[in-house]
Amino acid sequence: MIAHAIVFYIFSLIAIVSAIMVTVSKNTVNSVFFLILDFISISCLFIMIGAEFLGMIMLIVYVGAVAVLFLFVVMMLNVAQQKNEWFNSSGRSSHIPVGLLVSIIVFFELIIVIGGWKYKPDLLDSIAIEINTDLTNTQSLGSVIYTDYIHLFQLSGMVLLVAMIGAIVLTFRQRSGVKRQSYFKQISRDRNDGIELVDVENNKGVKIDA
Amino acid sequence: MLSIGLGHYLTLAAIIFTIGIVGIFLNRKNIIVILMSIELILLAVNVNLVSFSIFINDLSGQVFTLFILTVAAAEAAIGLAIIVVYYRNSGTIRVEEIDRLKG
Repeated sequence: MIAHAIVFYIFSLIAIVSAIMVTVSKNTVNSVFFLILDFISISCLFIMIGAEFLGMIMLIVYVGAVAVLFLFVVMMLNVAQQKNEWFNSSGRSSHIPVGLLVSIIVFFELIIVIGGWKYKPDLLDSIAIEINTDLTNTQSLGSVIYTDYIHLFQLSGMVLLVAMIGAIVLTFRQRSGVKRQSYFKQISRDRNDGIELVDVENNKGVKIDA
Repeated sequence: MLSIGLGHYLTLAAIIFTIGIVGIFLNRKNIIVILMSIELILLAVNVNLVSFSIFINDLSGQVFTLFILTVAAAEAAIGLAIIVVYYRNSGTIRVEEIDRLKG
């Protein structure tokens, strides 16, 4: 139990510190690195608490794909050199006190909710899918998402497909002046398009592409 | 203090959520950091769902987390695509210089 507590405090401290560093870091590339660290420590917490599949998926999806995507975009757009101007002096800094105030209020609201919150008395009777400790986490998730949640599962696949097509359509750029091979034009050519028979008069020559 | 319960995880999620909100409000650098703050907020929500799922012994919270993960990945891809297109068109993604809507 003590080891569990120590590990929890270590990982949550790393997670909180790296979350702060994401927002205050001077360099956007450093922000992305701290975001990766945050995801890794949270996924360690997931694995520790018993949700191994989600922890691993978190590592694969976030660290392996999303964070690398962020890194690509940051480096591609050349914004890495832009210095972060927290509390900057361009005259429009009146949002800072209000923003801090709203954030503090949000935090205390959340803390009040957590502190004064109790289980609904009949909650334990209304559990939808009880966790079976004989099966592994991955097994029990798999037996649920392919049966009870199959429609949502298919729908999330559609969401990913739409996101993929949307990203491609948004960033696709048709360049002008690039010669491309058109199979359809090549195949649908017939003899009359390509060949023209001309009677050439003597000493006159032929005008090509008239 | 030494026995970690649901409250500890909820407090951690609340702290990360608040940091994400602070990042959105106080950021003056570029939109990418705002997108990263949104990812932090979604992460806090995931922590809430998973810890509830474990502590009340109900698997559906983890299923929802899986779907949130999917939607978050799609959102990040679309958001970054929009940022790339905006940068190509206007040459900047600084938050203060994006005022085309005159909001």
